[in-house]
Amino acid sequence: MTTRVPMERKVLNENDRIAAELRARFQARGILCLNLISSPGAGKTTLLERTLRTSNRQARVAVLTGDIQTDNDAQRLAGFGFPVQQITTGGTCHLNAQMISKALEQWNLDELEILFIENVGNLVCPSSYDLGEDAKIVLLSVTEGEDKPLKYPSIFFKSELLVITKTDLLPYVPFDLARAKENARRINPGIEILELSCLTGAGLDAWQKWVAGRGKRACAEEAAR
Amino acid sequence: MHELGIANSLLEAIQAELLRHAGARVQRVGLRVGELSGVDPEALRFCFECLVKESPFEPLPLDIEFRPRQQTCRACDRTFPVVDYNTICPSCGDDGTECTSGTELELSYLELEEL
Repeated sequence: MTTRVPMERKVLNENDRIAAELRARFQARGILCLNLISSPGAGKTTLLERTLRTSNRQARVAVLTGDIQTDNDAQRLAGFGFPVQQITTGGTCHLNAQMISKALEQWNLDELEILFIENVGNLVCPSSYDLGEDAKIVLLSVTEGEDKPLKYPSIFFKSELLVITKTDLLPYVPFDLARAKENARRINPGIEILELSCLTGAGLDAWQKWVAGRGKRACAEEAAR
Repeated sequence: MHELGIANSLLEAIQAELLRHAGARVQRVGLRVGELSGVDPEALRFCFECLVKESPFEPLPLDIEFRPRQQTCRACDRTFPVVDYNTICPSCGDDGTECTSGTELELSYLELEEL
């Protein structure tokens, strides 16, 4: 006899279980965890370089950076005096919670306040995996199409912040900034949007303020729990 | 293209559930995939079939229920499908709506044969 048994079980519940553990560990220590996602070449590593370069030496910031191959990004980020670790996935197109948990075994979490996770360059797969972050941040460079939010709705829907990068190139490329923002808001009406150029430094202050403000908000949420 | 990893997680979820139904054989699997899940249903089906092939589970048909995005209005409680990215409530015009369906990636049922 065959019976249909309802399951109501998330397919990625093992990933989600580890992510929930990570989130609890971060919250208990007041750590802000931000998961940066974009297509390859949108400027995640460069934004992190600029962020670390301008961070106070006493700031307790760390970076986990994911790539399919090479530790080039960790090398780029290592020279600023903050803990940086490369996660080389060996073919996997996204980071998952288990990779984060394993990498964090190397660090004393009590010494951290902000953890940046640079995901593998990919707008599709990273959107499915919770890493225990407080917020996903999606980057879109002005050399890409302004229709990216419509083509990759999942990641724009799940991100709290959209960072439009390489704005110094706007005079040279046919990128419709207003349309790009409108498209992002069609997918996610509540998404926050920042524009910046890591080359000229325009907009970096607002980015630093956003990160600092998000950290305070995370602490307030923890205090209210 | 992470559907192979998702298919593998699906198979692991099925195996975990079967531990709670000792002696049963799974005949059919029901899966819910939302429009915003970031998963392509047909790519997932292809990967699932590859994993099941020549495994103890073969044959194992996979029923995929695709869930379009729906919003629910916080003001009037109306739930409506999102057409052309429009998330404004068609009943009362309020823009305070929240997504209540479309992000699913869930094992919805197993058809089990008791041996």
